[in-house]
Amino acid sequence: MNTLRLGFQRGKIEIKQFLRQRESVIFTLFFPVMLLFIFGSVFKDTIAPGVTFSQYFVAGMIASGLVNSGFQQLAINIPMERDNGALKRLRGTPMSPIAFFIGKAILVFLSMIAQVFMLLLFGTLFFHLHLPHSSALWLRFTWLVLLGSACSTVLGIALAGIIKSGRGAPAVVSPFVIILQFISGVFFVFSNLPSWMQHFAAIFPLKWLTQGMRSVFLPDSYSYKEVTHHWEVGRTAVVLVAWLIAGTILASRSFKWSRQ
Amino acid sequence: MSTAIEVLDLRKKYGEHEAVAGISLSIEQGEIYAILGPNGAGKTTTVEILEGYRDRDGGTVSVLGSDPGALGVHGSAWRNRIGIVLQSTSDAAELTVAETVHHFAHYYTKPKDPDSVIDLVGLTDKRDAKIRTLSGGQRRRLDVALGIIGSPEILFLDEPTTGFDPEARRAFWELILSLKAEGTTIVLTTHYLDEAEALADRVAVINAGKILEIATPATLGGRHLAKATISWHEDGKSQNKLSDNPTQDVIELAQRFHGEVPELSVTRPSLEDIYLTMIEGQA
Repeated sequence: MNTLRLGFQRGKIEIKQFLRQRESVIFTLFFPVMLLFIFGSVFKDTIAPGVTFSQYFVAGMIASGLVNSGFQQLAINIPMERDNGALKRLRGTPMSPIAFFIGKAILVFLSMIAQVFMLLLFGTLFFHLHLPHSSALWLRFTWLVLLGSACSTVLGIALAGIIKSGRGAPAVVSPFVIILQFISGVFFVFSNLPSWMQHFAAIFPLKWLTQGMRSVFLPDSYSYKEVTHHWEVGRTAVVLVAWLIAGTILASRSFKWSRQ
Repeated sequence: MSTAIEVLDLRKKYGEHEAVAGISLSIEQGEIYAILGPNGAGKTTTVEILEGYRDRDGGTVSVLGSDPGALGVHGSAWRNRIGIVLQSTSDAAELTVAETVHHFAHYYTKPKDPDSVIDLVGLTDKRDAKIRTLSGGQRRRLDVALGIIGSPEILFLDEPTTGFDPEARRAFWELILSLKAEGTTIVLTTHYLDEAEALADRVAVINAGKILEIATPATLGGRHLAKATISWHEDGKSQNKLSDNPTQDVIELAQRFHGEVPELSVTRPSLEDIYLTMIEGQA
């Protein structure tokens, strides 16, 4: 069977395993929606004319969804699969590693679609999220999602190579993601953060993804509230592409099939 | 017969510790070759180098004509010809037996029929069971199914029957012998000496990274030349005699007792006795 078709077979197996682990389904799909309801219901203040914090928060959560489904899921699952011998067993078969990564990408892509869909659905139904009103904005949304997911996937694989044990993986990865969410404009309005924190957050992709999602879901007039008074869409693309390249190189160097 | 595996002066260090200290062996196509040795002797390191999992520090290795440490782009074609049963794993817990075996069949160019492989390892009753619900022995049989699904020319078995009950072990031995009958070369590491005796054409005993001896199970450690122990009951207690000529001695005993000798037995050292003597002689 050729590598591409085998990659799809891997994807099928990955999704079966994902759906049968109730914790992973809840953690990946429902946890962001729960957060959306908690934060969206508590913080209802208007942060700018025509913009409530819950709208701001939904945009940030959609960006976080890309981090959850790729980075967080892979950086936790791959070390576990390394510990339980799954990767070593696969390495002993003729399966191409490319097929393995296609399978992981399919899993990330589908869980990301499901997560973003739920956030869009509940965001528009309950928190006044406005779907993009022009095809240009939909186009921007699409490349943000694709580029953000790709970035998130390769960085998740790269971190998975560095993490030593599967049992310790959630303890490393989850706090990392939560801190990123705090400093990148998900839980707080980014422009209200201290400037050193803004500069620090700007190193990482999540800050750019949240800003990109705001440019899609918030009124164009809100851009003046951003730190530079612009959406900086071009710069967002440059930062994400840079992380994608760096992540791909890191992932290909750090990936290990077994613990030794 | 041609050679399936050729190893010359293999060496591997972990830090200062030399886990494999100059091992040479040659495994013929179609034979069952057992590697015996205590824990930490270097068995698994040696086998994992042959399987292509570990690199080595010295020596030459050829498995099916390729160097497993330098496969490059030929890795996939080479792995298509070998099967590996690793030590205990706990992966794919949420998939069923049938899903897993059918999926692994996709990896190979000449897979066996997945359902007949499931049948062969005795898991037909469990084909739709989630893997996490299997017992240790059933899991091990699934590992074997995944090892043989690709019709390998060489099958590596690392302690395959750990956790088997006696009946399952016998069934497993039958399976291994049927693979040998098909021409599969089998490399087996095991702790069970009776297993090596029942299956292996030749055994290599490894200790501290070196080969102590390579022989058939019957001749290892001069076993076939060793003295027999004759024991019987006389004068109210059991008597023992080490003998080079047990038949002659038994005839003399029979004459002395005018027939039946009470509690007579003649034993030769088991493979386990020989093995333990060899390992202790080393330590």
